[in-house]
This record gives sequence, C-alpha cells and structure tokens, in this order.
Amino acid sequence: MKKTAGILLLCGILLLMLSVISCGTRRGEKKLEVFSWWTAGGEAEGLEALRKIFVAQNPNVEFINATVAGGAGSNAQAVLATRMQGGSPPDTFQVHAGRELIDSWVAAGAMEPLNFLFEKNNWMSVYPQGLIDIISYKGKIYSVPVNIHRSNVLWYNKAVFKKYNLKPPETLDDFFNVADTLANNGITPLALGDNGIWAATHLFENILLGALGPEKYQGLWTGKVRWDSADVRSALSAFVRVLDYINSDHAALSWDGAAQYVIDGKCAMTIMGDWAHGFFKAKGLKPGVDYGWIPSPGTKGSFNMLSDSFGLPKNAPHRDIAIKWLTVCGSREGQDAFNPIKGSIPARTDADRSLYDKYSLSAMNDFQSDIIVPSCTHGAAASQSWVTKIHDVMSIFVAERNVDKADNEFQELATRFIKK
Amino acid sequence: MIRSKRDQRIGFAIVIPGFILLGIFVYGFIGWTLAVSFSGWEGILPNWDFMGLKNFISLFHSERFRIDLLNTFFFSILFLGFCVVLGFTLAMLLDKITGGEAIFRNIFLFPLAISFVVTGVVWRWIFNPTVGINALIKNLFGINIAWGWFTETKSFLGFNYALIPVVIAAGWQLTGYVMAMVLAGIRAIPIEVIESASIDGAGEFRKMTDIIIPIIKPVLFASLIILGHISLKIFDLVYTMTGSGTAFVTDFPSMYMFETTFQGHFYAEGSGISIIMLLLVAVVIVPYLYSVLKKEKA
Amino acid sequence: MIAVQNVNPLRAYFKKKKLGIYLLLIFFSIFFLLPVYVLIVTGLKSFKEVGLSNMWSIPLHATIAAFEKAFSKLAPHFINSLIITVPATLISALLGSLNGYILSKWKFKGANVIFVLILFGMFIPYQSVLIPLVQFMQVIGLYGKLGGLVLVHSIYGIPITTLIFRNYYAEVPDELLEAAYLDGQGILGVYRYIIFPISMPAFLVVFIWQFTNIWNEFLFAVTITQSPEQQPLTVALRNLAGSQIVEWNVQMAGAFLAAVPTLIIYVLLGKFFIRGLLAGSVKG
Repeated sequence: MKKTAGILLLCGILLLMLSVISCGTRRGEKKLEVFSWWTAGGEAEGLEALRKIFVAQNPNVEFINATVAGGAGSNAQAVLATRMQGGSPPDTFQVHAGRELIDSWVAAGAMEPLNFLFEKNNWMSVYPQGLIDIISYKGKIYSVPVNIHRSNVLWYNKAVFKKYNLKPPETLDDFFNVADTLANNGITPLALGDNGIWAATHLFENILLGALGPEKYQGLWTGKVRWDSADVRSALSAFVRVLDYINSDHAALSWDGAAQYVIDGKCAMTIMGDWAHGFFKAKGLKPGVDYGWIPSPGTKGSFNMLSDSFGLPKNAPHRDIAIKWLTVCGSREGQDAFNPIKGSIPARTDADRSLYDKYSLSAMNDFQSDIIVPSCTHGAAASQSWVTKIHDVMSIFVAERNVDKADNEFQELATRFIKK
Repeated sequence: MIRSKRDQRIGFAIVIPGFILLGIFVYGFIGWTLAVSFSGWEGILPNWDFMGLKNFISLFHSERFRIDLLNTFFFSILFLGFCVVLGFTLAMLLDKITGGEAIFRNIFLFPLAISFVVTGVVWRWIFNPTVGINALIKNLFGINIAWGWFTETKSFLGFNYALIPVVIAAGWQLTGYVMAMVLAGIRAIPIEVIESASIDGAGEFRKMTDIIIPIIKPVLFASLIILGHISLKIFDLVYTMTGSGTAFVTDFPSMYMFETTFQGHFYAEGSGISIIMLLLVAVVIVPYLYSVLKKEKA
Repeated sequence: MIAVQNVNPLRAYFKKKKLGIYLLLIFFSIFFLLPVYVLIVTGLKSFKEVGLSNMWSIPLHATIAAFEKAFSKLAPHFINSLIITVPATLISALLGSLNGYILSKWKFKGANVIFVLILFGMFIPYQSVLIPLVQFMQVIGLYGKLGGLVLVHSIYGIPITTLIFRNYYAEVPDELLEAAYLDGQGILGVYRYIIFPISMPAFLVVFIWQFTNIWNEFLFAVTITQSPEQQPLTVALRNLAGSQIVEWNVQMAGAFLAAVPTLIIYVLLGKFFIRGLLAGSVKG
C-alpha cells in the first residue's frame, strides 16, 4: 500500500512539473494567434484555407488557431471578454462586423483603426458603400470583413411546393395564403428552431424588415424611427400571426433541426441565414432542385447582412504579423479561398465568379444591387448588450404574444441603448 | 488537545496556506464581485460609480430574474425529492438481492462519471416532444403522450412544468450518489439490530421506518447538502439541455448571470446575480455549518 | 428462526418477491441506460443519416467513422486532461487530508470557525469569480498554462476534500493518537504513522470524486487555456460540435469516448467508493 502511494505521488509530481513547464504564448516570437469560434465543418475548413494562403506567404510564422466552440460564439465571446479584460488580447479575433464590435471593443478604445490598410490595398473601391458604412465609426474602419451572410432568406422544399401547386411567397400576404394551404393539408408551414432564442429574433428581424421596409428598419437602430410607432406595432402583430404557423416543438430544436424538418418534408419553409444553404448541401440536397430560396416575405430589394470580420486589437502581441493576416483576409485570393468552402459570399465585389454555386451567385448579385441593411441578431445593427436584452424580450414575447407589452419593452431598450 | 507550543505552530502552519489561498480565491474574489455589484459597470469599460442597491432593485423588478428564483426553488425541491426517493428505493432493492448486485450498482452509479454537458445533450434529444420519448412510447405501446416536456410553457402557481424533464435528467445523473450513500449507511447497521426486529415480528415497512431511516438520516442529510448546493448552482446541464427556454421556463440565475455578463457585458448586473446566488446558497448552507459548529462544541 | 411448517409457501413468496425486485431493478436499469443507447446508436451513424427524427432507430449503415473521427480529434487532449486532473486531484487530496486531520484532531482555538470558512468555499458559483480569477492568473504568470488550471482546481478542491477527510478522521478514536503521543510523536509524526496509513478508503473516495469533477469540468478549462494544444477533453469535445452546423454523430461518439476514463474508474473502483462511504467519510 505504501509503495503504491509513493509511486502515485511521484507520478503526480512529475505530471505537475510537466504542466508548469508547458508554456503559453510569449511575445517577441514569430507567432500569430487567431481567435475564432470556427471549430468544425465548413467554417473550420474555410479558416484552414485562409491559413494556407497566409502560411505560404509567411513561412516562418507559427500559426496558432485558437478556437472555442459553443452557441454561435457565445462561449468564445465569454473567453474573449475575459482575455481582453485581463490584458492578454489575441493578435486578431473573429468578430461580427458592425455595432457588435463598435459598441464594445472600439468604444472601449481597444481596437486600432484600419483605414491605412484599406487605403494601402485599395479596398475602398471593391467593398460596397453600404458595407463600409456599417463597419465604420466616426469615419474610421475597425475590421476587415471576410465574408457576407444574408439573413433574410426563405428556404423551401420544392417537392412540397410542387405537390400543392404553390409559388414561393413574395409578400407577407402571400406567405399567409401559402401557409394556410399547407396547414390545411397537414404540413407545418414554417420550421423554427429557437432553442437559445436567437433564431426567433432572426425570424423577427426579417418580418420587421418585410413589414417596415429598409429605411424604416434602419431607422429603428439609429433612433430615427421609434419602436412604439404604429408601423412597428403592426409588424409585431404580423409576427405573432406568423407564429401560428410554426412547429410546436420549436423550443427543443436549434436552427439546423428546423432545417432538417424542411428536408424531411415535415415543414415546408424556414427563414434562416444562408448558412442553411451549406447545411442543405452537406446533407446531399441539390440547390435549386430539392430546395429553393427567395428573399423572406416583403424583403425583396433588401439585403439583410451580417459579416464575419477580423480586427486588430491594440497591444496585439505580434502586430505586424497580424496586419499581414488582415491583408490576406481582405484580399481577393483569401476571400475566394474562404467563401466557397464556408458557404458565404465574399465581401469584395470583384470575386472570381466561377468558384461559386447557384445560390451564392444570386446572393452576390443581390449584394451589389440591393439596399444593404444590418442584421440585428448577428451583431451588425446593435451592440451585444442591446441584442441580449432584445433576446430576453423575445423569449417572453414568443410565449405570451402580447404585442403591447413587447412593443413598450422594445422602445425602452432603444431609449436605453441608442447613443445620442 | 494541542500539548506543546511547537505543535500548535505546526498545526497552524499546515492549515494556514490553504486558508490564505482560499481567502484570495474565494473571499477575495467574492469581495471583488460584491464591489462590482454595487457599481455601474455596464459595457466593456469598467465603471466604478457607486450605485448603491440600484442593481439589486432592478434585478427584483426584472421579470426574468423573478422567474429564475421560482425555478430554482421548485427545481431544487423536486430534484432533491427525486434523488432521495429513487436513491433510497434503489438502495433498498439492491440490499435485498444476492446475485448481480455489482452489475446493477454500476448501472445506477455510472451517470455520476459523465459530464453534465454530455447529459444535457442526450436528454435534450430524448425529451424532444416530437421525436423523442413521446415517439418511442407511441411506436412501442401506442400511447400518445401529447406533452411538450421542456417546451411546455404552462405553469402552476409559478411552477413551470417544463422543469420536470430537467429534474429527471439531473436526477438520472445524481441519484446514484444518494443510492451509494444509503447503501453504505444500511450496510453499517449491525445485522443483529435488523434480525432482532424480525424476531419481534416487525414487517418490512416497520423495519424500514423504525430502524433504517433513523440510522441513515445523517447520511441522507449530508447528501441533501451536497445535492442542494449543486441544484442552486446548476448551469452546465441546463445550458446544454434546454437553454433558458421560451419565456424562461427553464432559466436559472446561473444562466442569466452567464449571458448577461459575457454576452451583454452587464458586469454589474451579473455580479448582482452572483451575490444573490451566494446568499441563496448561504441560506441553505449556513444553518448546516452552524449545526456542524454546535455539534463540535458538544 | 421462523416456524418450520411455513417454509414452503414462504419460499414461494420470497421467490416471487425476489422476482419482483429483479423486475423493478431491470425497469430502472432501462431508464438509466436509455441515454447510453442513444449515444451509441447516434455515434454509429453517418452524417447524412444522423438526425433527430430517427434518433431511436438502429443505424441503417452502421459505421465507426464518427468514432474514428472523434478519437483522432480527441486523443491529444486526453493527455492534457490527465496533466490537469491527476496533480490537482493529488494535491487537493493531500491538502484536504492534512487539513481534515488538523481540524478534527487538534482543536486549537478557532479551528471550527476556520473549518466552516473553508467549507463555504465549496459552494460558490464559479461564474462569479471568473474575471478576477483570470486577472489574478495574469498577474502571477500562470494564465494560459496548464499549471494554472492545476492550481485553480487544487484550490477549489480543498473545501470538499477537507470535509470528507475531516468527517472520516472524526471517527478515529482519540486513544490511538494518545498512544502515539505518549510515545513521543508530535503532530506531524502522528499523521505520518497513525493517520496516513489508515486513510486509504477516504483517499479513494476523494480521488474518485475529484478526478471525476475535474475531468468533466468545463468553465475554468475553457477560460484559462489559450491555445488548442492546451485544451483538455471537455473543451475539445465542445469544439467537435462546431458552432453553426453540428455533426451529431461525431459529437455523440466523442461524448462517449470522453466519458470512458471516468467510467472505467467508477466501474473498477465503485466498490471502494461505497466502502469508503461506509468508513464514515461523509456523514452529517
């Protein structure tokens, strides 16, 4: 007994020494730490493609892929917050372009402006103005968008639509007609998977956009349009009506579970960002054959965007290397390597079109011609603090369906969070 | 019992380092959290303006927080009840059989070895109202359970029915602990005590209530303390299994704290929630600690 | 002991009762094994086949591809988990044993108060100390190092281990110690020669408890490690999931694999766990 105890103790001490020796990152070496939540699937592969280009151009640099998974970035954001607070920023981190970055790290003075990089690489001419507006703050640009995702897309099962002779709904009225037909035939019209609630907010912002139109929608985030106005109230009522047509187990599913229902034909439609496209393809479906897409009801002509981008924290341990990385991210080569794999479209307008599939090409066309509006759910239109509170209101709203109560709460939030 | 000054000093020297470390890592950090809970820190930049009790007052005005407190209360009671009743039953059953005890015991104990994250994921699938256990029972027995499990938004006097599947999942994970404790307690009862009761003509039920329960009461009590504090802090399991749920039916203070601090950057509010969680825990634990102190003095 | 003429019907009664007990046990076992079934069945499916709607069905084309993928991705993190868990378990166990001994046997003034103050540390919610913890780690230079996690888990393990040992040692009769003392042993000698040798059951309980908790812990692991090379199993498992599109078959297979070490410990040492409890480790 004593001998085993002694041996165990020895092993413990050895392991302890090992752990103390194992080191973290040190400044001054040729390293690049890229922090993201792209841990698996198309996201990870896309990041890998970017890494390959970067490493080919900078062969002596050690690339550290610091990823944290969980809930569309919520764990990663927790980790990032702790690190930035603790004074140990990564060299660069993935962040949603727009107010999520601006109202947090930029407002805290923790990010470096990147105008010099944009000018040096002539990016101002290849990024649409609408996008530049979203990623700027007081004239300064703070992140390099790598990709663009579209939020306002309605995906539908073509076989189901064909069976009931339905046309994909372009307006909200169309939607309700189509939904009634489907419901009468035993098919749940709209699939929603709002475990974690963000998918409900996602649906909500697109109904809002469809009911209000792009200008009024944008006005909600700047204070130009009040939430407690008649327009918004009727949009909320329309949303409540949409809820009559969703699957009853929506709270148990996340968005991909809902998308699976569309694949199976249990549900006919789902309103989700175009990462659903990547999901459908991975499941073996053929775009345009098995599933189709149109802008979500009432939003034709608007491109509700979100963008993954990389920024430059002040005091990045390896600043020059980080800048090289950002250059790759903003380059045509980088974006054309990343986006086809990830299933998004490039932020640049001069991409090599031959690399993209049917859906992506249609999205790229719309991106150049439509009015670009920022997504609320995904960090472009509002700060994370604001969005977190919006999610709280949504959670009760989806259950209670009390339009007046929700409307007042939304207005309170807007008053609280819109900076004068 | 310390005889020499030297021994006294050694005794202190051994205990004090751990105590100091805990002083920092527990009490120091709690102090920091307390300070932040009185501040106006909202956003990335620290803001140390003194806000008094404002954060706490707004928390109690918050609908979500009120729901959280009710959830904590109901969940804890049901969870503890589940574990104690099932654990006790399993222990009694296991005690009665001769062959195969090891297999069954391992089956009931193994969930303790699994992380809460894994448990949450699997039970989320199982309790899915459309394709989970409802579908299974329908296919096997033809019975239709038209119930939404954790998607159920109905409640009764503040008790959200959606908590029931969470109780079952958490109970699945930790019942084995109570079973092990009770089994250990039963086996510690000298066989003569039980046999003499049999001679006296006591039936099974009498034996249980008069002999076994009183003797294992301390064992049950200790498990209640351990399980109780787990239930007050529950996070990993609910986070992965149900999330907050529509209308916060499965929301808990720990999740509210996590989201509001790390996603919303509302540090003061998050700290306020942490302090209240600590107070809740203290309400349960301090009487226990006090009784421990008193017993020692005796 | 029981009247002879009642043997036959009684035997039948006991047989029926035994059968009833076994049936009940089997019923409960199904409840306990249900999730394992789902875990394994899902892990054996291909990505195309895996999905919620067919969660109960046996895979049409069973494949261990998901298990292979999960294993290859998780293997390096297994070592990290070991490096964190074993030292932290040993350290917190040793400290708990010493603390438990001092606090139960050498009742200096304030010993009980100190014990209670230590015990309280067991109950704090970890989220509430996360940010000051990380800042402190930065200051002492252990942030981003596995040693930092070892330190953290060792410290936060002290309260529970102290509790277990203290209750265990409270059962040790003082006369044993008196004898050693009369032989001229001091406080440490008594520990070395009397207390430590009889502590094995308690150590086992503490090992199992601490090993499992630290092995499965997620929050600290994800916040204090920096690069993927350092991440222990729990974090790597979460990373298997991917944030947007989840490969459920890989995720479930990975979850199963990650649980195997602690499962083995429980299966092999479960008996000791109960015996340890029997020795009065955690009494009220």
